[in-house]
Amino acid sequence: MGDAVLLDRPDPEAGEAAWDGYLHLRDNPAGVTRDLWHHEAGCGAWLVVTRNTVTHAVEGAELAEAAAREGQA
Amino acid sequence: MRIDGKGLIDRGTRLGFTFDGHRYEGHPGDTLASALLANDVRLVGRSFKYHRPRGILTAGSEEPNALVTLHDGAHREPNARATVTELFDGLAARSQNRFPSLDWDLLAVNDLLSPFLGAGFYYKTFMWPRAFWEKLYEPAIRRAAGLGALSGQPDPDRHETAFAHCDLLVIGAGPAGLMAALTAGRAGADVILADEDLRPGGRLLSETLEIDGGPGVDWADTAVEELEALPNVRFMPRTAVTGAYDHGTYGALERLPRGPKRPVDCFWRIHARAAVLAAGALERPVGFADNDRPGVMMAGAVRGYLNRYGAAAGKAFVVFGNNDDAHRTALDLADAGLHVAAVIDSRHEARLSGPFDVHAGAQVIGTRGGRALEAVVIRHPNGRVESIAADCLAMSGGWNPSVHLTCHMGARPVWQEDIAAFVPPPGAVPGLIPAGAAAGVFSTHGCLASGAKAAREALEVLGITAAHAPLPEAEDAPYAIRPLWLVEGKGRAWLDFQNDVTAKDVKQAAQENFRSVEHMKRYTTQGMATDQGKNSNVAALAILADATGRTIPETGTTTFRPPYVPVPIAAMGAGGRGRGFAPERLTTSHAASLERGAPMIEAGLWFRPSWFPRGGETHWRQSCDREVRHVREAVGVTDVSTLGKIDIQGPDAATLLDFVYTNTFSTLKPGRVRYGLMLREDGFVMDDGTTARLGEQHYVMTTTTAAAGQVMRHLDFVTQVLKPGLDVSFTSVTEHWAQFAVAGPKARELLSGLLDTDLSDEAWPFMSCGEVRLSGIAARLFRISFSGETGFEIAVPARYGDSLFRLLVARAESLGGGAYGMEALNVLRIEKGFLTHAELHGRTTAFDLGMEGLMSRKKDFVGRTMAARPGLVDPERERLVGLKPIGPVKSLTSGAFLFEPEAEATRENAEGYTTSVAFSPTLGHFLALGFLKNGPERLGEKVRLVDHLRGYETLCEVIHPVAFDRDGGRARG
Repeated sequence: MGDAVLLDRPDPEAGEAAWDGYLHLRDNPAGVTRDLWHHEAGCGAWLVVTRNTVTHAVEGAELAEAAAREGQA
Repeated sequence: MRIDGKGLIDRGTRLGFTFDGHRYEGHPGDTLASALLANDVRLVGRSFKYHRPRGILTAGSEEPNALVTLHDGAHREPNARATVTELFDGLAARSQNRFPSLDWDLLAVNDLLSPFLGAGFYYKTFMWPRAFWEKLYEPAIRRAAGLGALSGQPDPDRHETAFAHCDLLVIGAGPAGLMAALTAGRAGADVILADEDLRPGGRLLSETLEIDGGPGVDWADTAVEELEALPNVRFMPRTAVTGAYDHGTYGALERLPRGPKRPVDCFWRIHARAAVLAAGALERPVGFADNDRPGVMMAGAVRGYLNRYGAAAGKAFVVFGNNDDAHRTALDLADAGLHVAAVIDSRHEARLSGPFDVHAGAQVIGTRGGRALEAVVIRHPNGRVESIAADCLAMSGGWNPSVHLTCHMGARPVWQEDIAAFVPPPGAVPGLIPAGAAAGVFSTHGCLASGAKAAREALEVLGITAAHAPLPEAEDAPYAIRPLWLVEGKGRAWLDFQNDVTAKDVKQAAQENFRSVEHMKRYTTQGMATDQGKNSNVAALAILADATGRTIPETGTTTFRPPYVPVPIAAMGAGGRGRGFAPERLTTSHAASLERGAPMIEAGLWFRPSWFPRGGETHWRQSCDREVRHVREAVGVTDVSTLGKIDIQGPDAATLLDFVYTNTFSTLKPGRVRYGLMLREDGFVMDDGTTARLGEQHYVMTTTTAAAGQVMRHLDFVTQVLKPGLDVSFTSVTEHWAQFAVAGPKARELLSGLLDTDLSDEAWPFMSCGEVRLSGIAARLFRISFSGETGFEIAVPARYGDSLFRLLVARAESLGGGAYGMEALNVLRIEKGFLTHAELHGRTTAFDLGMEGLMSRKKDFVGRTMAARPGLVDPERERLVGLKPIGPVKSLTSGAFLFEPEAEATRENAEGYTTSVAFSPTLGHFLALGFLKNGPERLGEKVRLVDHLRGYETLCEVIHPVAFDRDGGRARG
């Protein structure tokens, strides 16, 4: 469902550049990337999945909720 | 001809079958191909392009020629390979691509025209005039060139898909695969052994090789017995692994023996922690003039038909090869008492002794005969040309390891000089280890050792230790080969038998500068037929390498892609056609609606009634107009259960709603309902709906039918990611509650006596809600209205939905009203300017909809920051208006563009568009909702509506979007 950048919602007053980056600008790495996945047909959990765009290897997955709490801590 | 004493078939049982209407007999264990050969049927098909007569070439999956149509009528299955078609009693097969018959094919004239039909012919010839391509050239070419045809009827056969999981997937049950499965099975690993053939053993079935001093076949049978006794091993015969995908996922096609009430095939998705590829090798032909004549076959296939099926492919044989393996064919044939006229080995150093002439250093330069081989023409090393009478030529250009699966994730195979073949690239598919002939190991001993080793390596990675068991005794002959791709000379030397590609075509491609192997492939169509060039690609690229002065590794291979064998779309999509294509969501009023003759319309996965026809009504508009009048003048009932309902509870429920809605819900009093607008983070509208506060910490949110899933996903995201600390829970209750709208001046009258409550405006004012009891059942009542009339929505547990709907409709009818469907519901809401996803289409803002007043300034909410961008609040934006026709043309269409009355109707002059239209029986004219630049400031102006698509235009007046009862008094009072 998109890049895990969406975890870091800017402050409402953070300014245009911050919001533009949050909503529209995405890296397109050849290598490791962090995705947001949603277990829609199951428990409804959002996950941060770390995977490699070159090898398709999935290197890790954690609950987005845990990642978000870490980010805020 | 059958040879007594040979073969693994059950000669005691006879199976009758037909080919092109002629009756033949075969035996259990036969394939269609072996049974045809045993009946001396040599001509089985016509080639794709030139309609040349073709016979059986191989004994396996790679067969390019013997493609037939199986079964009759709707069961028809085109392009089945006779070499892997298991014979059964009553099988009916027909040859393909011939007219009027296989023996006399009119389009064989193409073969005489072949000098004009070479590579690139279609590209060069049918360029002009352009319009002729679609109407004339393509249909004619398609008719002439082709394979079998589908029946054109719905497929009556059953197909299945299934999933499987294992520690180790072993692909192929030859000596390497069986040894790998034994090693892993004995170590206790969860093993799946998949083999394409109907009987395990691989090449052991086709050879006279011995293992542990006995026939190789006996060893294979014992191995399978042991494996089947192990509870941790699953053996899947008739299952071709078709593709290797990410994360250890493999596709596999299982073809089941035909039987009543049984699916014909099953497409498996196998997830394996590790895999061993023991897929064996495929023998490749040699290019020489007229090497496609029926009777010219692969050497390994000729001895396979003899040893496995007891079927002699001819009476007089010539063997032609460039490697020692071909010698086995001559020896086996001679042992069986068959006449081997000569063995031609292109290697000067070749040594072989047997009851036949051996011509070392000689080459086959052509064949003679008509629709069947009569003689083989050879050239001795001294240049002397000799013709040898034979009706079967067994040829071998060497063996190509079946590397396909190792290259499915983009890797290219590696050239190995000593075996003159490509072998799997190391580590190309994570967890997949090639073994045996697939890895370029050709001796029986080598295969057994390699299979055991591959299994141990694979298991080690999984943390399972497998014991070293002693290997069975088997031959370990070296594989000696000297490459021979093409015997130069006059005449056409065929490479790709299925697509009719010759060595000359490949050279011509090189000459015309299609030097890349990928370009050559596309220019000549080499390897692009259903067999994917399994036995011809390597020779073609070797000839290309030669023609371009490069080495074979420099030239490289084309890309290998799944599937390894053709997979019927019906198998891949099993369960997903007709009513199985998508789940269907039915409301509790579905049966009652159908009983009333309502046509149902899909709304997402839901089915909703469009209208409820009554006697005398012949057009949907009559029903719809009546239903609208029912609601405006009496009372109507409609099912609104499909709207998304999300139950939200917890101390922070109000905080959550304040954050996801633009307006405030924390200030809403319990027992009240409020309309809410939800934005995406980019500032555009996501959805709207009403949310009711049932208690201090208890809300029920409604979403539109279409966006229910999206809103649920959004709430998950907000509570887990953006506001992870909120103490709130929510769950979808859409299906738990059956909810019906009762709307119209007589709504209160309809409900009187049903509920344990007083429905007066004082007790139940507009936008109130609460729990009530209906005939003793706990129900919820909402005083809301999507029609603009006095309205109640009553929700009961879904199990009461059917009976409540029937009761409400009966009461409505007794009051001069009735049920209303989606069409009337739509008209009612357009009259009132209420929105649906026709308007909330993802490009509109609250400002565009005239709802900027709902954007709270006192709090943060999703979309707030971005919705304030100047471009999203520009008055020049296209904003919501109503429209009514004023010209002579009185109808309106949705999706039409709006222009200034005098402006030219071009895209750059467009000032807006219409989104919803309806005929309003209440107002007596058509109405539209749409978006117009600066719309709210243009009420009363004229605009021109032009529908380019439907060729329609009319003049309209811009009106307020709420066309009926603008102050809303009817809903409140």
